[in-house]
Amino acid sequence: MTVERRTLIKGAAASAALVLVGGAPLRADNHNGWQGWRDQLLAGRELSEGTITLDLPAVAENGAQVPLTVQIDSPMTADDHVSAIHIIATRNPAPQIGTFRLTPQMTRAEVMTRIRVAEEQEILVLAELSDGRVFQQTASIIVSVGGCAT
Amino acid sequence: MATPRIRLPRSASEGEEIEVRTLIDHPMITAVSTSDPRDMLATFAVTMNGETVFTYDFGNGSAANPTFTFYVRAAAPGDFSFVWTHEDGTEYLADESVAIS
Repeated sequence: MTVERRTLIKGAAASAALVLVGGAPLRADNHNGWQGWRDQLLAGRELSEGTITLDLPAVAENGAQVPLTVQIDSPMTADDHVSAIHIIATRNPAPQIGTFRLTPQMTRAEVMTRIRVAEEQEILVLAELSDGRVFQQTASIIVSVGGCAT
Repeated sequence: MATPRIRLPRSASEGEEIEVRTLIDHPMITAVSTSDPRDMLATFAVTMNGETVFTYDFGNGSAANPTFTFYVRAAAPGDFSFVWTHEDGTEYLADESVAIS
């Protein structure tokens, strides 16, 4: 009984670690080849622990115009800044939503745009830092009307 | 079509954070699920005093009439340039200035 409980605790700790490095574990299959794009961006690097705040509606009425805000705590100095933020769709026809490239002339690592979401899916965000670290975050979204009519 | 709109403060202090908002009218036709020819912007680049401060690479998942909000540390003389480049190489330009005190 004690052993079982210990196993349970170990399991819980492992899940917590997963959440810290990169948000909820991804359920999405490689439907549109998004894993290839993520691997290309990672270029062999492991994910680091870090927090990306992803502001995306849980349910979008219109998938053609979905507001997205990404924010990372960063001093944005020459030596320590977020250099790129990549937005990846796991179930759009194409995985590339877009890439923001940031500089130390920016006061914060916070950017807003509007994206297309074709159907219910997980949106994946990778943030590259000037020291080479990469953070990951995910968010699930449901859409009433898909956004890939054009 | 492709009319840029920029929102910047009229003036700012040196080093002050300013909010930059941009919008351009563009259909961003991916041609994934229609027979219309593809009509997409490829990149958006912002410079301040000739130095790059922010860029964006458009993928198919970028919405029509692309809009951005971001934050920049104001520096004299405060001359901003905004360039949207179409996949066919056409450039749409806007220049704006913030008076720096």
